[in-house]
Amino acid sequence: MELAFVIEKFALVIVIFMISLGVAAYSTLAERKIAAFLQGRVGPHRAGWGGMFQPLADGAKMFFKEEIIPTQSNQFLFIAGPSLALLTALIGSAVIPWGQSLTFGDTVVQLQVADINVGILYIFGVVSLGVYGIMIGGWASNNKFSLMGAIRAASQNISYEIAMGLSIIALLMVTQSLSLKEIAAQQSGFINWNVWAQPLGFLIFIICAFAECNRTPFDLPESENELVGGYHTEYSGMKLGGFLFAEYINMFISSAVMATLYFGGYNFPFMNDLGLPQNIITLIGVLFLFAKIFFFIFFFMWVRWTVPRFRYDQLMNLGWKVLIPLGIANIVLTGIWIIVKDTYFK
Amino acid sequence: MESLSNRKKVIEQKPMTLAERMYLPAIAKGLAITFRHMFKKKETIFYPEQERPISENWRGLHSLKRDENGKERCTACGLCALACPAEAITMIAAERKKGEEHLYREEKYAAVYEVNMLRCIFCGLCEEACPKEAIYLDGPFLEADYLRKDFIFGKDKLVEAPLKS
Repeated sequence: MELAFVIEKFALVIVIFMISLGVAAYSTLAERKIAAFLQGRVGPHRAGWGGMFQPLADGAKMFFKEEIIPTQSNQFLFIAGPSLALLTALIGSAVIPWGQSLTFGDTVVQLQVADINVGILYIFGVVSLGVYGIMIGGWASNNKFSLMGAIRAASQNISYEIAMGLSIIALLMVTQSLSLKEIAAQQSGFINWNVWAQPLGFLIFIICAFAECNRTPFDLPESENELVGGYHTEYSGMKLGGFLFAEYINMFISSAVMATLYFGGYNFPFMNDLGLPQNIITLIGVLFLFAKIFFFIFFFMWVRWTVPRFRYDQLMNLGWKVLIPLGIANIVLTGIWIIVKDTYFK
Repeated sequence: MESLSNRKKVIEQKPMTLAERMYLPAIAKGLAITFRHMFKKKETIFYPEQERPISENWRGLHSLKRDENGKERCTACGLCALACPAEAITMIAAERKKGEEHLYREEKYAAVYEVNMLRCIFCGLCEEACPKEAIYLDGPFLEADYLRKDFIFGKDKLVEAPLKS
């Protein structure tokens, strides 16, 4: 392995890491702003122009707060919980293709950290690891509310992972590939986006993504009016910040995954008819990918401030009795559609 | 049974249709409503710079009034303290000395007059009780402070500024 390759990947990792953190930090501001706008308020606007420096102020506050570790807690796991949540949230971005390749002279730089041929599987693994952070943190707090929140998070994530997996299987039947790079490349232009082939699958996927990110209407693990603060009841300072940050990074990554799987990733309409050089197309593609990601993040927040929280039995009903049968039906329908297409529309 | 007032309405509970059971149309409707709210006029009043207009009969902080010659009206009769349901007002009366006629209107005046603003409920009964029209609740809001003792307002904060001649 050459040094240049290592440096290239390392630089890409650093850039994506910084972008993830930056997007997560500014998502907190966006959340407060959007909540305010939807409710007829203006939101934070004192720190900097339109509240530009509010995330910095919040972050500084988090760092300077007293770190309280309950004496009855398991101290190692108490610290490991938020760290694990942050770690698993961040490593999901490794397989997402952020754009096509950039060419400098005769070096070609792929805008993807790792093109592994089981990209979706990797994402799934990371997502299901994500619940361990919450689980460990909630258990180590030695608080019944934390434990309740953690148990809810675990059962909710496990339930919705099944439906999510089923929606992905239908998608894989269409794309014939598990590699995210391959899937993104297949959807060039506008008409090839997977959402047109898999509308039901996308619906199931987005609902499950809401549940996996613990966002409203599925934010039962931290439902304030029943569980004080849910799994992070006992946390303070930057360890609480770690949990909250992990939630926003998860939102960013799942938006990126949704954009890549269903909305064409970096592809945009008429990208091959513009006659621009490849590097320019790539950069515009990156911008388009981020536009799609920001739209999904906005959608997450928009739904949060519109739909009230589900009751626990409703959540489980929806997951097990509605989404899983729908996911299976979607697989069957997709299979029939593929056979019909192959025999009659060749 | 026949309803007497004729206002009773029997509401029929129909089973939900498929569209209603799917929730998604309702959620889409809700999203449209919240989206419309994004572009409505914001209700926020930027407080320190902007203040909400207060009504004519607004009751704010107390002020002890002076008469047209700049003399304090209060005679320390104690009716306000008696009327006060929250027991917020205390005072110590004193006799006017020679040479103080320009300060106090009558022979007796309040040497100390204190209102505990944490006890006060701003009901305005002191205002009504006062026979000399000496106390009015025409001030601004009560501002925050750090110590309880700073909420006991003495004459230095309550008495109106002297007339400028």
